[in-house]
Amino acid sequence: MRLAAVAPSLLDLVGSTPLVELQRLSPKPTVRIVAKLEGQNPTGSIKDRVARAMIDAAEESGELTPGRGLLEPTSGNTGISLALVARLRGYPLTCVVPANVTEERRRLLRLYGAELVDSPPEEGSNGAVRLALELAERDPSLFMPFQYANDANPRAHYEGTGTEIATALERIDVLVAGLGTGGTLMGAGDRLRESFPDVVIAAAEPLPGDEVMGLRSLADGYVPPILDVSKLDRKLLVTNAESVAGLRLLLEREGIFGGVSSGAVIHAALRLANELDEGVVVCVLADGGWKYLSAKFWDTDDVEGAMERSVWW
Amino acid sequence: MAAVRIPPTLRAEVGGSRELEARGDTVGDVIDDLVQRYPALGAQLMQDGELASFVNVYLAGEDVRMRDGLDTPVGEGDHLILLPAMAGGV
Repeated sequence: MRLAAVAPSLLDLVGSTPLVELQRLSPKPTVRIVAKLEGQNPTGSIKDRVARAMIDAAEESGELTPGRGLLEPTSGNTGISLALVARLRGYPLTCVVPANVTEERRRLLRLYGAELVDSPPEEGSNGAVRLALELAERDPSLFMPFQYANDANPRAHYEGTGTEIATALERIDVLVAGLGTGGTLMGAGDRLRESFPDVVIAAAEPLPGDEVMGLRSLADGYVPPILDVSKLDRKLLVTNAESVAGLRLLLEREGIFGGVSSGAVIHAALRLANELDEGVVVCVLADGGWKYLSAKFWDTDDVEGAMERSVWW
Repeated sequence: MAAVRIPPTLRAEVGGSRELEARGDTVGDVIDDLVQRYPALGAQLMQDGELASFVNVYLAGEDVRMRDGLDTPVGEGDHLILLPAMAGGV
């Protein structure tokens, strides 16, 4: 009898996530929809890949040395992933978090050992980025992996997510992923294009509530340095209500409990699947719904009203 | 006529409106129409004759940069959304 493998560390279980057919969701029998379940990573999100890759790269380059503190702006998943890696590798971590993220995420960050610094809720993720950059400038002893500008982020998706998808399927027509830092779309997109030159790389993008868009000028907007928008073939805006409808459908039809961005990805994937006569649409579902259980949107008819004051992804 | 949703950051420039009607056969024409009526919008939306890099314009829920940019045709009753580029990424 052959023994099952035992991983030397939880970090060795990052990636190699399962792919599953979404047969009951597909609008027509000639179009396959396949989901990559990133919620099955050790801390429950795709960001485990990014966190491990950024810390590995910084240790290899010598930039990150024992005892140095880590700082990162994050509304949740990246912080939780970094907190796991930081704890196992012995670095203290501070996360800059918009004050209005869900309680589960704050609690998880603390349980994994991170310290939290709140950024103004009305400034959304942009505000967390701004404050973290200020703090890093004030204290040069802190190392900021900064997922928005760190090449290890898209590289983790080129070598991991993208390669795993490209080697599992014989045909891929569309890749749909949520747009946040752009890491998944850039890295996995580049890798898929190598195997499937005509693949359409499609971003699902959140339409933020008015409350979190800030009150300052458009010039305060932020485009992550790792994001090259010209590499995207489609960019679809998804409302909070559409995202929640998408995640309800995913749960009802396929039994998959996804997070808010997964709902948005499903909404976009169905729109794109409807445009195809035949083909394969791959959806990257970044996390599960567990960290959103306390959110008010599950039990209300006014989904937009319940969501407009918070950052969801 | 197309309906254009105005983000909170620009509402002061248009007298507080959340949504405006505007005329034009292309995205560029619709924006020109708005800028003629509310000149303060011009500097916020445009940069050297192009859409400013921190501004995203969506037609029927799709970013017009992925289509024909300012030349993207606009139909009667279409919905446009103006948004600042936002960081996300969780």
